[in-house]
Amino acid sequence: MASVIEAHHLRKVYGTTVALDGIDLHVEEGRILGLIGPNGAGKTTALNAILGLIPYEGQLKVLGRDPWKERDELMRDVSFIADVAVLPRWLRVSQALDYVEGVHPRFDRAKAEGFLSKTTIQRGSRVRELSKGMVAQLHLALIMAIDARLLVLDEPTLGLDILYRKQFYDSLLNDYFDGRRTIIVSTHQVEELQHILTDLMFIDRGRIVLSCSMEECESRYMEVMVRPEQVAAARALRPISERQVLGRNILLFDHADRQQLAALGDVRTPGIADLFVAVIGNHASGSVGAAK
Amino acid sequence: MNTPSNAVPEFSSHSQPVAPAAVSPARVMYWSVRRELWENRSIYIVPLIAAGIFLLAHLISVVFLRRHADTAWRPGSAQAGDAFATHYEIAAALIMGTALIVGIFYSLDALYGERRDRSVLFWKSLPVSDLTTVLSKLTVPFIILPLLSFAITVATQFIMLLLSSALLLGSGVNLSALWTGASFFHVSLVLLYHLLTVHGLWYAPIYGWLLLVSAWAPRAPFLWAFMPPFVICGLEKIAFNTTHCLDLLKYRLSGPNAPEPQGPGMDYMAHLIPQHFFTQPGLWTGMLVAAIFVALAVRLRRYQGPI
Repeated sequence: MASVIEAHHLRKVYGTTVALDGIDLHVEEGRILGLIGPNGAGKTTALNAILGLIPYEGQLKVLGRDPWKERDELMRDVSFIADVAVLPRWLRVSQALDYVEGVHPRFDRAKAEGFLSKTTIQRGSRVRELSKGMVAQLHLALIMAIDARLLVLDEPTLGLDILYRKQFYDSLLNDYFDGRRTIIVSTHQVEELQHILTDLMFIDRGRIVLSCSMEECESRYMEVMVRPEQVAAARALRPISERQVLGRNILLFDHADRQQLAALGDVRTPGIADLFVAVIGNHASGSVGAAK
Repeated sequence: MNTPSNAVPEFSSHSQPVAPAAVSPARVMYWSVRRELWENRSIYIVPLIAAGIFLLAHLISVVFLRRHADTAWRPGSAQAGDAFATHYEIAAALIMGTALIVGIFYSLDALYGERRDRSVLFWKSLPVSDLTTVLSKLTVPFIILPLLSFAITVATQFIMLLLSSALLLGSGVNLSALWTGASFFHVSLVLLYHLLTVHGLWYAPIYGWLLLVSAWAPRAPFLWAFMPPFVICGLEKIAFNTTHCLDLLKYRLSGPNAPEPQGPGMDYMAHLIPQHFFTQPGLWTGMLVAAIFVALAVRLRRYQGPI
């Protein structure tokens, strides 16, 4: 498979803060990568470097180009939604269509009009007159009408209600993703993303903590709701985390034997959110311990 | 225009990016400038309002003139013509001044506003280079505002002439003096020349400076644009008791040295000899400084994110 992003020792320092601590990244064509991390983990910094918005140290190639030196050329093949509500408030919907059609060689106006006709957005409206959810719909309609090879979404649904969020990811998956495009999405709302991702990457304090495909994750991590009398036996198998739900202990295991676990209780695939809390929590306490 | 998506080979190597489907630079520039006009409607609305107010004032003066035509103005007097010539100049000065102020505020906000409202993240997601963006923003004070104020001034003066003629018809005021004294064509030509050379070329470093501050300022671009020259001039005066900085500012703001007017019957065409303007070293150093400021603004836009 062709690689879309190739990063080696990617590093970014703001003053005395290390935002990215030399990460390696390899993203292939046709993947939907979820970039997940706590606030200030370096997600946005990584995405900004990929989009050519900030200079960086180390090597980085996106679609074979250096994003910092060739941002404008790169943007013919890369689309991004950097944040909710970055569309200028004075812009009219019709002007947005005219402008993107005017400057973008791969913009299909008919397609964008088609997406918009499924919404209640009026052509003559200004962005400031639209609700936050409608602005996100408009931005998505513009972006999805661009025949790009890589789409980067940085917290694209922050502050939207559940209906808009669901609709957002549904149209992305049904109307945009075709198996050849590549999508990178960073978000906090991991649960809604779980079923659309092909790859998962956890990032914390500028470092990649976990990087695997969803299949790998599913075979590697297992969660067991342990019967009370077997908790001690389960703990002996060194779970990476333990939590209690309604009086039952749920233990999360990394690289464990499924058969062995099945004897202790119901085995299932952990949700990304639980996995995230376990892995990031361990990473945090691990490095605190190391610091001591 | 769009490459059919299934035409892209399934196994494209990362070492060969997809052949860029191109949009001509002129087209990108055209849409970038249109974008500026969409966002900043004050560019044409404010000078139009100025012209409207001027016409209203002029109308009042003509009505007044007509009422007192018998006593104050003797038929055939040149006074009416003189009054009108003054009005032309006021109209031109008013519209030019308005356009200048619009240009200053526009330039200060051009690269600052997009960072403040975070829309820079949207503009940067499109294949438009920083150079194109900054140049399209420079176009507004450098070319569009001078041409626009020329068009509005000429239209205003024409309306003014028609209005006055209609109102003064049969009042005894010598109308032919209005039309001949105004020498419409000459005045317009001088005006256009003045706008393009002084408001465009001569003031270029000022716009360049404002754009640079606009690209850099973390906040309050207005203060950052106007305080440093004042502070530097003040410090120079106190420390060395010299006024080079102030002289330089005055020299730039007052416009290039015009040929001395030769009495009231001066030849307007004397202004139009480009040799007088284009041989001034001040013009070329100004253009150089403007180019440096703009280049710095382009570079800064690349580094600056939203604030």
